[in-house]
Amino acid sequence: MTRPSGLAIYTILYLAFLYLPVLLLPLFSFNSGTIAAFPIKGWTLDWYRQLGSQQTLLDALGNSLIVGAVTAFAATGMGLFAARAYVRYRFPGRAASEGLVMLPLVVPGIIVASSMLVLFISIGLKPSLTTVILGHTFLAVPFSVAILKSAFDGFDVSLEEASYDLGENAFGTFRRVTLPIVAPGIVASLLVTFTVSFDEFVLAFFLSGSEPTLPVYIWSQIRFPAKLPNTLALGSVLLLVSVLLLVVAEIFRRRSARGLA
Amino acid sequence: MAALSGDTSRGMALAAPATVYVGLLVAVPLAILVAYSLWTQTYVDVDRTVTLANYQEAFTDPLVRYLLIRSILIAGAVTLVTVALAYPIAYFIALKARRKTLWLLLITIPFWSSYLLRVFAWKLILGFNGVMNSALLWAGMIEEPLSFLLYNEFAVVLTLAHAWAPFAILPIYVSLQKIDPSLLEAATDLGSGPWERFFRVTLPLTVPGVIAACLVIFIPTVGDYVTPSLVGGSDGKMIANLIQVQFGAANNWPLGATLSLLAMLAVGFVAMVFVLSVGSAGRRIR
Repeated sequence: MTRPSGLAIYTILYLAFLYLPVLLLPLFSFNSGTIAAFPIKGWTLDWYRQLGSQQTLLDALGNSLIVGAVTAFAATGMGLFAARAYVRYRFPGRAASEGLVMLPLVVPGIIVASSMLVLFISIGLKPSLTTVILGHTFLAVPFSVAILKSAFDGFDVSLEEASYDLGENAFGTFRRVTLPIVAPGIVASLLVTFTVSFDEFVLAFFLSGSEPTLPVYIWSQIRFPAKLPNTLALGSVLLLVSVLLLVVAEIFRRRSARGLA
Repeated sequence: MAALSGDTSRGMALAAPATVYVGLLVAVPLAILVAYSLWTQTYVDVDRTVTLANYQEAFTDPLVRYLLIRSILIAGAVTLVTVALAYPIAYFIALKARRKTLWLLLITIPFWSSYLLRVFAWKLILGFNGVMNSALLWAGMIEEPLSFLLYNEFAVVLTLAHAWAPFAILPIYVSLQKIDPSLLEAATDLGSGPWERFFRVTLPLTVPGVIAACLVIFIPTVGDYVTPSLVGGSDGKMIANLIQVQFGAANNWPLGATLSLLAMLAVGFVAMVFVLSVGSAGRRIR
């Protein structure tokens, strides 16, 4: 065993810095004391038990699930077509189109949120789950395109040509050849775009009106110190759900990136 | 030629839904935002007479100027701190570590969770009666809680430097990966020590990655809302907080629209100056 280098030690310390907040939240969610401070008073699961009996929380969860699911399918649908176009075809405006589709990743959240609120009100759409879905789909499209592009990258075009030669039409080829091959990429995209929506706060804060999503609900709870233990428990559940969903998505993404090779 | 034009139209048709959707949701809100910025708020109604009154108000109001400049300075500090802390990590993973994929996964997993919750966690860590102070007190390392941890610029910069870490590490990692090892060998053969080799070969070759990291961090950070709200206190407020107030409690959408546009222009301007100046500095080194 050689002596670890300074760089390796720094990397370990940096990792500790990265994991500190996401590990402390769950740690204190099991604390029987009502403030997040050391020493820990004792261990309890009470805060988790109480979550199931809070109706506004369950309503917010329902809202988030609806928004996340619709967003995932809408963004993945558009992403699937666009990714296919970018990888497979050369056409004028391709680079511009790709750049535009990636734009939502870098626009500051407050500008997207305020400008969309103004747009939706101007065309007579009241803030609701519908407007949140429209906004979240906008944010999620670039994630879907990026994932599905890597899925199509490993795709052997001759398989499609073989299908045409054997008499399938374009739709049949897509359904029976293309789709099964990129299916892992589609699953990865659905999971990632769902999580993007599920965790998103600023847009939902502006656009959800009287139908809060889960992050908006959490925001309303953060202000009340008395609610802290419950917020910690809820937050820990959400952390776990997000990480699990994205681990599964990563497994699917790798499978799709490997392609049939 | 027929096949080619078929490909062209097929490609365009497939790319159209996403392009049109994103394009419309960029262009139309922007146009309406511009329109709103030229209108004025009169109690409950919006007066649609075109005027530059909002811009006049924004430019003369010291609070707007102060928050805008502070947002840019904080975002600049966040960018600098995040990239400086992240560079050695990217260097370690790209050039020293053996299990690169595992390391990259370890770096990114904490960020597969809600941004709001991570910022909230920092608020709990840095608070007066929070995790850090209670731990230090408990360990007997301090006599009374440290009050400078939360509700100031330090807390904002620390929280954002954490939030953006992978966005700095990944682009720099990619540019380090691309370096041809024979260039480093050539530098060694020509008598460069490890530090000289780093500053004259490695670092200049990773400038594109560093620029990408800076932009990806700086642009969204200027308009960040959650972090200044939760850990900034009154000393750490940024322009996004003022914009939110205009769309919320103050109910002055035209002014809010004006501030959004000004923030966007300021971000664009600073980013452009940054890219141009780094680009010309890079050319001078070579």
